[in-house]
Amino acid sequence: MHLKSIAELSKHLHAKQISSVELTQHFLSRIKQYEPRINSLITLTAELALEQAQQADVNLANTNAGALTGIPFIHKDNFCTLGVKTSAGSKMLDNFIAPYNATVTQKLYNAGMPMLGKANMDEFAMGSSNENSYYGPVNNPWNLHTVPGGSSGGSAAAVAAGFAPMATATDTGGSIRQPAAFCGLTGLKPTYGRVSRWGIIAYASSLDQAGIMAHRAEDVAWLMNVIAGFDAHDATSISTPVPDYTASLNASLHGIRVGIPKEYFAEGLDPEIATCILDAAKELQKLGATLHDISLPSTHLAIPAYYVIAPAECASNLARFDGVRYGYRCEAPKDLNDLYQRSRGEGFGTETKRRILIGTYMLSAGYYQAYYVKAQKIRQLICNEFNTTFKTVDVILSPTAPTVAFPHQTKSNDPISMYLSDVYTVATNMTGLPGISLPAGFVNKLPIGLQLVGNHCAEAKILNIAHRYQQVTDWHNYRAEGFT
Amino acid sequence: MKTLGISDIEKLARLAQLKIEATEIPIYLNSLSNIIDMISTMQTVDTDTIERFDNPLNISQRLRPDTITEPNQRELFQSLTPHTTAGLYLVPKVLIV
Repeated sequence: MHLKSIAELSKHLHAKQISSVELTQHFLSRIKQYEPRINSLITLTAELALEQAQQADVNLANTNAGALTGIPFIHKDNFCTLGVKTSAGSKMLDNFIAPYNATVTQKLYNAGMPMLGKANMDEFAMGSSNENSYYGPVNNPWNLHTVPGGSSGGSAAAVAAGFAPMATATDTGGSIRQPAAFCGLTGLKPTYGRVSRWGIIAYASSLDQAGIMAHRAEDVAWLMNVIAGFDAHDATSISTPVPDYTASLNASLHGIRVGIPKEYFAEGLDPEIATCILDAAKELQKLGATLHDISLPSTHLAIPAYYVIAPAECASNLARFDGVRYGYRCEAPKDLNDLYQRSRGEGFGTETKRRILIGTYMLSAGYYQAYYVKAQKIRQLICNEFNTTFKTVDVILSPTAPTVAFPHQTKSNDPISMYLSDVYTVATNMTGLPGISLPAGFVNKLPIGLQLVGNHCAEAKILNIAHRYQQVTDWHNYRAEGFT
Repeated sequence: MKTLGISDIEKLARLAQLKIEATEIPIYLNSLSNIIDMISTMQTVDTDTIERFDNPLNISQRLRPDTITEPNQRELFQSLTPHTTAGLYLVPKVLIV
């Protein structure tokens, strides 16, 4: 059952060939068997999942069911869940039980989907290896000695290990696409504002976006039909009409213009990955697309500008964690400043503190103009380049990451090396564009990711291209040895 | 750009209300210095004619009518907090009067 697509599972459930309780028990059984090797979950919600599955079966019996009713999912632990711990991978929120559901949580519950558990993640979504979690690192099912990517490493490892057919994730600089690439999955970061951020623990509010990881583009399209849409609770939500993302999956690629930016194939990229990605481009050409060499000359500025803007927003957002109202509180504070400083010093991990310090520096008197305003201008420059590019191409093709999954602790003491893992993904967050990563081959027996970036609200188009590619390739059907 | 020193890290920690142990300061000093060097590559680009970024979708801030739309959930919130008494939320006594 864990090898089937969401469309197949839906068909089996509606045909009463399997119940949601049986399906949920199947995935819980896999979690019980394999999770000790992966550490992908912070909280297992077996009891809740089985209750939700029983209700799903009632709805399926009464023909009161939607397409996804009864299909279990795993939820990244930065989505608020009423009555279930929401830690965001941090000691700071180890005792936090949200008093409400995030909009995405509620939409998935309303669709009748049982929640199996909350996924491990880099603390407050800051990281590219899932080594920054208070709950320990996550192991990549493809090679347990390597990282699953981050920050949504738990979501990616869980789906890759067959613990659920899909998982939610968030992406602030590549946190859906890079772990999807490292774990051989298809992961979509939608357009900024396309999916509600309400009830997601904030990292960098102008960059954060929620999305989906699954094995296939088709699976992602089914889930996007549930989670996309306007939300009055989110001030940055967009009201552009939501299409049926499954309707155009099979559209012809004839005449689709694919741009290949030369800056994404420069120094730093593993040459074997470059070869696989260019092979994938040729597959799209065979399907009727045309390939075009393009240039995004400010690509090298995306990481520097990102590491001003994201930490600045992080320093502001995380100011709310003060040890007073909720979250971790230090023992026996001497005075108010001691309460604040020790609660935050003891409650946050090293990388989170580093980014708060960077952000504080960038926003401090004397440096605001030189760094923060400069970075916002660079961000606009990058946006201008993408806007111009999308006048001549429909989609931009590149690798998702410059390397395959790397061994644990190889980059954890070198922040800049770690930050460069996201060199091909951060521009998409800076511009608010949608991007997808999908499996496109293997290097050293580890999966590699192909990234497709579309224009604003062009999720249906990139899902269409990804789906057509997956109909003529089988990279997405491979499973990690020992987890089949 | 100015070179960071230990006193800068201490000042940043104070501004950010973060307790940083003395043993951690050299680690942050080293990594922040490297990160600021990396970030400073932005300064090589002339952005005088570039507008400051506003919104990726060029949409303006949405406003809503100033009306109450949320239900009263006081009982729920009281049940979630670790310490309450007489309907009040208790926080640690830290102010010295």
